[in-house]
Amino acid sequence: MSEPTLRNTQAVLDILFHNTTRLFAFIVFMLLFGIMVTLTVASIPALQTFGFHFFTSDAWNPVTVEFGALVPIIGTIATSVIAMLIGIPVSFGIALFITELCPPWLKRPLGVAIELLAGIPSIIYGMWGLFVFAPWFADHLEPWINDHLGNLPMIGSLFQGPPMGIGMLTAGFILAIMVIPFIASVMRDVFEIVPSMLKESAYGLGSTTWEVVWNIVLPYTKVGVVGGIMLGLGRALSETMAVTFVIGNAHELSTSLLMPGNTISSALANEFTEAVGDIYSSSLITLGMLLFVITFIVLALAKLLLIQLAAKEGKEA
Amino acid sequence: MIALDQKRYLRRRILNAFNLSISMLTVSFALFFLAWILWTLFSNGLSHIGLSTITQMTPPPGSKGGLLNAIAGSLYMVSMAVLIGTPVGILAGTYLAEFGRSGWLAPTTRFINDILLSAPSIVIGLFVYELVVHRMGHFSGWAGALALALIVLPVVVRTTENMLQLVPNSLREAAAALGAPQWKIVVMVSYRAARAGMLTGILLAVARVSGETAPLLFTALNNQFWSNDLNGPMSSLAVIIFQFAMSPYEDWHHLAWSGALLITLFVLGLNILARSIFRKGSNE
Repeated sequence: MSEPTLRNTQAVLDILFHNTTRLFAFIVFMLLFGIMVTLTVASIPALQTFGFHFFTSDAWNPVTVEFGALVPIIGTIATSVIAMLIGIPVSFGIALFITELCPPWLKRPLGVAIELLAGIPSIIYGMWGLFVFAPWFADHLEPWINDHLGNLPMIGSLFQGPPMGIGMLTAGFILAIMVIPFIASVMRDVFEIVPSMLKESAYGLGSTTWEVVWNIVLPYTKVGVVGGIMLGLGRALSETMAVTFVIGNAHELSTSLLMPGNTISSALANEFTEAVGDIYSSSLITLGMLLFVITFIVLALAKLLLIQLAAKEGKEA
Repeated sequence: MIALDQKRYLRRRILNAFNLSISMLTVSFALFFLAWILWTLFSNGLSHIGLSTITQMTPPPGSKGGLLNAIAGSLYMVSMAVLIGTPVGILAGTYLAEFGRSGWLAPTTRFINDILLSAPSIVIGLFVYELVVHRMGHFSGWAGALALALIVLPVVVRTTENMLQLVPNSLREAAAALGAPQWKIVVMVSYRAARAGMLTGILLAVARVSGETAPLLFTALNNQFWSNDLNGPMSSLAVIIFQFAMSPYEDWHHLAWSGALLITLFVLGLNILARSIFRKGSNE
């Protein structure tokens, strides 16, 4: 602080450099709050008009200026749940294969294939979904789903509906394919940190490969596995383009997963540029803020769980 | 007694074999969809792509044309995004790796950066809309570039930090022992040692934003004509693909497939390039 310590220029440059980098780190730090505050301010008109009722109402009528978030919220949750139901077991199988069964020469090509699946832009998934997968789904799978799952007690009504190919089930399925590479690669990474001593002890006692994975590897890495699942969930919740292509953009509450619906992100992508009037665009921004808050919570949990696993690994090493 | 154990052993073996075959099935499931998507993309893209795709403007429905203005728009905005996002990201990443050992700012920023890394890109678009488009009163290429820069930023921060942390401390200590001030240590020693990794991070960030559509929808909007003006609405390959694919016109669908093939080849090529640079750099 005192003048003489800053005598030579190098020391000044040092402080300058240190503080410049600190300033930019601070900018990154403030970005999150900036987004939060900006969206909150912009969503005030909608929240003032509709109050808390906004989150429980299924109305969506630009003509009478009545808006509610229920349909997109349910759509977002439904598609993400479908994606997780398919994505988690498949990712687990892939991680199991790569860490326990895969011959060494196949590990690299398989890793590259998984990375390819993660690297394909989401708009390509969307186009493929709209032009190729949805028609195939409508012709081959949906009639079968109607016939065989439509009559089940309790959940039957979820699977009844016209086989259009466009709808929440299709969107959820495509999301599942998109989250698989993310969940699988986290699971593979955490499976690989299990000390071989533990696994070999179990093998030495006569366990089968499956028993080692289910009773040793999974309990040891469960925190990391849940973290990976949360990361995948964050991605499924926030995915926009792939869903927008195949969800059908219908603001109607439907009991069937075969019917068109809407998610928060697809409603934004479809309607925001055409939204006329303050209340309309403010309602859409409120949806965006809601999505941001939900993904923030999910991602923060994922991060905390993965940090916890890393700390545990450090302690035992 | 022995017979009973035999039976149990058999059951465990069967369960094991069954679950392991399911595991192989899941791998084939993922590979099957990868192959299906790539096959669709190449068969549709290759049959409609041609020289006109990269020399002509986007056409009105029903006539022939190309994607030149969209490609140019994408190049403009992605380069601007990298020019804005990279320096900020490198400096912030430097703080986290080199000066972040004490205090609250570094761990908090690291945490926030990881969340921004997977934040919904459409919300970034909304943020920039409110920040820039709404204030200026019109859509613009600058707003699009800023939205993309906000997506580049966390990727660069993350890789810069990781790569700098891989630089052995003995290098820094050697430089310090020679009397080098800290900024020289960082710039002349740490950055040089981590060069390949940091470049990889930038390339991966470019790959990531090249395919981004959602943040451009409300910021750069779209433009059917050639535009050099970052101050006005600007077309981009991703948004044009979205618009053309959702349209009912056959010609537009063909162009959308060509564009999709171009974007995918570009993104996957960048990924491969990034990885090979990284491998070469770490072998040195």
